[in-house]
Amino acid sequence: MEYEAVIGLEVHVELKTNAKAFCGCTTAFGGEPNTHVCPVCLGLPGVLPVINRQVVEFGLKTALALNCQVAPFCKFDRKNYYYPDLPKNYQISQYDLPLARGGHLKITVDGEERVIGITRVHMEEDAGKLIHVDGPDGGYSLVDYNRTGVPLLEIVSEPDLRSPAEARAYMEKLRTILQYLDVSDCKMEEGSLRCDANVSVRPRGSQSFGTKTEVKNLNSFRSLQRALEYEIERQVAILESGGRVEQATMAWDENRGVTYVMRTKEEAQDYRYFPDPDLVPLEIDAAWIERVRRELPELPDARCRRLIDDYGLPAYDAGVITSSRDLADYFDRVVALYPDAKTVSNWIMGDFLRLLNAGNLEPGQSPVPPEEMASLLQLQKEGTISGKIAKQVLEEMFATGKGARQIVEEKGLVQISDAAALTQIVEEVLAANPGVVEDYRNGKDKALGFLVGQVMKATRGKANPGLVNRLLKERL
Amino acid sequence: MPITTAEVEHVALLARLKLTPEEKAAYTGQLNAILEYMDKLNALDTTDVEPTAHVLPLRNVFRDDVARPGLPREKALAGAPAASEGQFKVPRVV
Ligand SMILES: [Zn+2]
Repeated sequence: MEYEAVIGLEVHVELKTNAKAFCGCTTAFGGEPNTHVCPVCLGLPGVLPVINRQVVEFGLKTALALNCQVAPFCKFDRKNYYYPDLPKNYQISQYDLPLARGGHLKITVDGEERVIGITRVHMEEDAGKLIHVDGPDGGYSLVDYNRTGVPLLEIVSEPDLRSPAEARAYMEKLRTILQYLDVSDCKMEEGSLRCDANVSVRPRGSQSFGTKTEVKNLNSFRSLQRALEYEIERQVAILESGGRVEQATMAWDENRGVTYVMRTKEEAQDYRYFPDPDLVPLEIDAAWIERVRRELPELPDARCRRLIDDYGLPAYDAGVITSSRDLADYFDRVVALYPDAKTVSNWIMGDFLRLLNAGNLEPGQSPVPPEEMASLLQLQKEGTISGKIAKQVLEEMFATGKGARQIVEEKGLVQISDAAALTQIVEEVLAANPGVVEDYRNGKDKALGFLVGQVMKATRGKANPGLVNRLLKERL
Repeated sequence: MPITTAEVEHVALLARLKLTPEEKAAYTGQLNAILEYMDKLNALDTTDVEPTAHVLPLRNVFRDDVARPGLPREKALAGAPAASEGQFKVPRVV
């Protein structure tokens, strides 16, 4: 039997506010343990949390960018559980009246566009960090509450995803949108973007759902995809052998490449939600929503459309370039100075991204400013340097941060376009390769390429290839 | 529907409370008395009554997004039953 997967994702995004969600503590990363805490986020008696306005603003931006309906009225609830990552024994969250519901985003996988529903977006607080220490009597745990109370958005998708590749595409698209909105650092490795997946399998074509498991600990796009592939295979194998999938919460072990059971349904959490009496409800009127909507930046889909329509870029190029707001900004700035969009796109998608990846850099951290990229392309267009040399110069620019013209001058890389200077080299190459010359004369066109290559080699890539071609043909 | 001893045991587990058989019996009785009172309220017609999200007539109370210093770490840890390496020390539960 053929099976298909049914996947929904719950994504947690840490918002990049200055202060925590309900107190004035900083959200800065990396402080000494328990130095970003106060009576409110430590849950000391008698304190009152008050919601940070920026959390609601960021929440609204995100909800609108994801095409959600914003609730005119929402409130905070207490999610009760006993685990020392939260000192109050409850997490402030939103239960039955979330900030927004009913949105969607679009993904493209293998050239096919799909619309993925978004069930809800709600606000909540992050928890602290535990370090477990072995020892007598079961050991102990050390708790750092610096992250406790940092604002999170939880974004829940509909079970609309049908493969690990689609889940990954959804996650990547969501991250891109959040980056465009500038509401989060979106660093999966630092935990500012996290993902849990609900997954089940069913016979292809079936309308009912199979029993699902929830997979946690998906800290990278790669783990998300690998964990889902593993979990789907595991569930299919159970069904094929006549067994039943048991509802459970699983964790992904990246090193071993397996999912394992954290808890089964019998031990499922019972959170006993109730409205938090410490926080007053929110009323978000149409004027507020409209103001936020007007302030939304151009989003990835619209920007991609614009690159296709205004510059005539292929959809693939436009998709790659707009997958990062910084990369799209970079492209726009280079094109403003060097208006051959397809050439700019080729360079950005090729050598530029390759060199960024090699240096483990994000597009916003490029050591080559857009002005210098444009001047490199200009040097090539003028014929001052060849395309091959241009690639070398770009590498040098990445390595040293120097300008394109400076490198070309310092290294004497100016293209040789002087026929007199090249003639001698051309004649030497012809003299040294009589056999190849003979081949060419006997109709082997490929032989010309070899001879051009020899001249380029002799000039260390600096000869103008067009001129070399002409000079060779004149003599053959 | 009356509360059973099994439900009291479940709630006690979630709240990490260890109850004696006498306490379980006592709480079962008390919880049932509370729920009986709820039944009385259920008898009222609340068709035109808005659900209460909060007892105060306040909406949209915000703080500005300004970070400011919190507690010095010694003070943060002062009330902890145990601390170590600048952190709260608790029994290991996983
Ligand atoms: Zn605080």
